[in-house]
Amino acid sequence: MTKLIIILLSAVFINNYVLSRFLGICPFLGVSKKLDSATGMSLAVIFVMLMATAVTFPIQKYLLDPNGLGYLQTIVFILVIAALVQLVEIVLKRYIPSLHQSLGVYLPLITTNCAVLGVTILNIDEGYTFMEAMVNSLGSGLGFFLAMVMFSGVRSTIEGSDIPKSFRGLPITLIAAAITSLSFMGFGGVIENLFS
Amino acid sequence: MKTLRNFTKGIMKENPVLVLVLGTCPTLATSTSVVNALGMGAAATIVLIFSNILISALRKVIPDKVRIPCYIVLIAGLVTMVQMLVKAFAPALDEALGIYLPLIVVNCIILGRAEMFASKNKVWDSAIDGLGMGVGFTLALFLMASIREVFGSGTFAGMEIPVLIDNHVSIMTMAPGGFFVFGLLIAAMNKFAKHKPKKTEFGCEGCPQAELCGKAKKEVAAHD
Repeated sequence: MTKLIIILLSAVFINNYVLSRFLGICPFLGVSKKLDSATGMSLAVIFVMLMATAVTFPIQKYLLDPNGLGYLQTIVFILVIAALVQLVEIVLKRYIPSLHQSLGVYLPLITTNCAVLGVTILNIDEGYTFMEAMVNSLGSGLGFFLAMVMFSGVRSTIEGSDIPKSFRGLPITLIAAAITSLSFMGFGGVIENLFS
Repeated sequence: MKTLRNFTKGIMKENPVLVLVLGTCPTLATSTSVVNALGMGAAATIVLIFSNILISALRKVIPDKVRIPCYIVLIAGLVTMVQMLVKAFAPALDEALGIYLPLIVVNCIILGRAEMFASKNKVWDSAIDGLGMGVGFTLALFLMASIREVFGSGTFAGMEIPVLIDNHVSIMTMAPGGFFVFGLLIAAMNKFAKHKPKKTEFGCEGCPQAELCGKAKKEVAAHD
């Protein structure tokens, strides 16, 4: 149980996917301008990460590894994620239209989000059990959510400031991201000592 | 002449990293040292050239409606090959690049060039375009890695630099330094580039999903 909590907390704070592992930077910079689109995108990412792990983990453990096909990992995972995203979209549209209304537009964008492919591959590389892999995916998704929501707050402050001409747009956003990620470095070493 | 133009546009005018702002994740993550940056650049360039050649050769065979999944499968196959070659011949590089090597599959530059160039042009032009873009990507990575390594670890490609080695600022090689240097480089590009880059919030137009993304933004705006 302690191990699960450590995995969860370190995925959210220390190894934050966006701010320290640099995965999923595109949506982080592209969709973080408004709070509600940032929330919608992150919820969709959490959802797809959990689903993708639940599907790819058994495929790797029970299909690829026993047959010596481990090298097909990349191809199989990306196809599974792409198919899964389509499937989720169809199912949501048919059965839960209200959820589709709020998440639907972000779903197709997630297929080529490197955070989702990254989490599924990392779960295998780290040698997690199924439960640990699911917790890690949840933590990674929550970390993405936290970074997006925090950063949309930072960006709304930048909007109204007077910025040097060549820094307008992306450069100042990246500098703000640097400062945001600096604040996350404060968590380093906290989690390991929390339970000892 | 046209060949030369196809090659050089990737280096300066349409530099994938500094002007189109594609492939930000590997740029930030692998530019901690010059050796990693060059390794990542070379791997991505190889995938880019071959994916452009294959997609251009198959452009009349691949049905329009399922083109993106087809491209992804082709690219994933190439990435797997590169991954196996790197594992076999440069295990140290494989260790250093880690997760970012398989993640070349979802690198926007490769899918973006497939969609924007290779699916509309002849095989030779596409190969040159891939080479140019790959070199542009590698140069941008090299530039960023040089700054980060020189100031962050006081070394250049492993060689120690006399004064800086004792006064290195380790934050430059960590995550915040990556965002910071990237921001400064794009600002410098905006300031000094001869042609002014189009005023965009984010380099979305090169992304194969730009259409969907624009739709998403519009729907969100309508929703408010």
